[in-house]
Amino acid sequence: MSNGTSVHPDTLASAPTGAPGSFLDEVLAATPGDSRLDMCIQCGTCGGSCPSASDMDHTPRQLFAMIRADMREAVLRSSTPWYCVSCYYCTVRCPQEVHITDVMYTLKSMAIRAKLYDEAIAPDFSQTFIDYIENYGRSFEFGLATRHNLKHRLRQAPSMIPMGLGMFTKGRMDLTPQRIEGIDQLRSILACAIELEAVG
Amino acid sequence: MSEYLFYPGCSLQRTARPYLDSIMAIQGILGIGLAEIQDWNCCGATEYSAVHHIAAFALVARNLALAARQANGAQTVTTACSACYLNLAKTDSYLRRDSQLNEQVNKSLEAGGMHYQPGELEIRHLLDIIVNDVGLEKVKNSVVRPLQGLRIAPYYGCMIARPDRDHRWDNVEHPTALDRLMKVLGAEVIDFPLKTHCCGGHMTQINLPVAYDLIRRLIHSAHEYRADLLVTLCPMCQLNLDAYQVEMNKYFRTDYRVPIVYFTQLMGLAFGLDADTLGLGKEFIDPRPALAKIGVEAPAEVPAPKARPPKGAKEALPMPRMPAYEEVEE
Repeated sequence: MSNGTSVHPDTLASAPTGAPGSFLDEVLAATPGDSRLDMCIQCGTCGGSCPSASDMDHTPRQLFAMIRADMREAVLRSSTPWYCVSCYYCTVRCPQEVHITDVMYTLKSMAIRAKLYDEAIAPDFSQTFIDYIENYGRSFEFGLATRHNLKHRLRQAPSMIPMGLGMFTKGRMDLTPQRIEGIDQLRSILACAIELEAVG
Repeated sequence: MSEYLFYPGCSLQRTARPYLDSIMAIQGILGIGLAEIQDWNCCGATEYSAVHHIAAFALVARNLALAARQANGAQTVTTACSACYLNLAKTDSYLRRDSQLNEQVNKSLEAGGMHYQPGELEIRHLLDIIVNDVGLEKVKNSVVRPLQGLRIAPYYGCMIARPDRDHRWDNVEHPTALDRLMKVLGAEVIDFPLKTHCCGGHMTQINLPVAYDLIRRLIHSAHEYRADLLVTLCPMCQLNLDAYQVEMNKYFRTDYRVPIVYFTQLMGLAFGLDADTLGLGKEFIDPRPALAKIGVEAPAEVPAPKARPPKGAKEALPMPRMPAYEEVEE
């Protein structure tokens, strides 16, 4: 007898898109492509497939429930995205085809923007890495390792010296960075893209 | 001779220089030409997208635009680094599917006087080119020194077979391309259960205990399977499993010695090239005992400075300790 217009209340409760202004909506909008995060069925396959789940504050499944519950600050403070190793196991196993790794990247960038993270080592590593790209166009391992270890791992730094020296003697490390010819062109491209990100 | 546009990536310039050397040494034998993309920039690895979500794609798109401009006849971009492969393939596939992102990225490229039409180029890993374009038959016919008696753990790592939006591999968790390639070289190939498990990625820079745990799982499994060598196709995996295997051993007080070499180095050896040309001898874990099995004499390893023994075990089982002299004498 249904004319196709009646909607079951349960369907409404799990409406497939984030309500306007909700944190879920914000995450969906900030993730390139269709992340399908709103399709999560809380099955936990992601956490069960994750090589570093045991080191995270929350499993990915818990984190996605928190996103739906609009727990913005708790989500952005969570260590979970920073322990993601980008292995894409969760992404290929997710029965709902949620692009989980992409969502983790989105949460990292949102946490950096909001300065909501408890341990600075991972965000600083990303920032140092991209500083070299923006200055030279290429990664520079020696500079990266030195800057990163001096800033965050001073205590472990001496134990890393044999490896560093080994890299040099084996001809696997350069002392000077390489700069690409089109560095100005690259900077203009990146500056424009970063401006577009701010607009949303 | 098939021509390809080649994206080396930052690692192959230095930390993975032996990988590049071995690729250059075998390309002629395989009948492929690799033309380097001029003035390419870093792909951003796993770091750029953690900070900027549109600029991360624009960064990679510049390389695609450069490649498309340089393409004359060749429409396929190939790379030997898994992270570069993932980023290049992901950018092309996302730009094809998300028109808004494509618009934003191309607007950014315009600021540098460039443009990229998504789908214009095919992005493929070098392993894919060798197995599917060159073909195993041709590889087999070029073998002059079969890898007879070498037990090999074929290790793919994560970023080559996943997420695989363009369906280039037979399986995202248990691909077989590298297994099949190593078999035609004459090696004994282990059905390696952890072939696509994580090497630790950038965790070696962020949380060492987490990284050591991941590294140990892989090395322990290869050791249990009595692998002479673990063969890889990714510079990050090589660095983590080779250089950090030494550190992992100190951390857990273990003594694993599983040498980690690139698949292209083993191809070169099977083709009769000498170890030096293929960049062998620059590993932290000496592969010479393994290579001696096939009659290869690798150049003497450059000795790495001796490491100081660790102070006090961390999380490992307690070890019996002999009393020092002063403790015994009353």
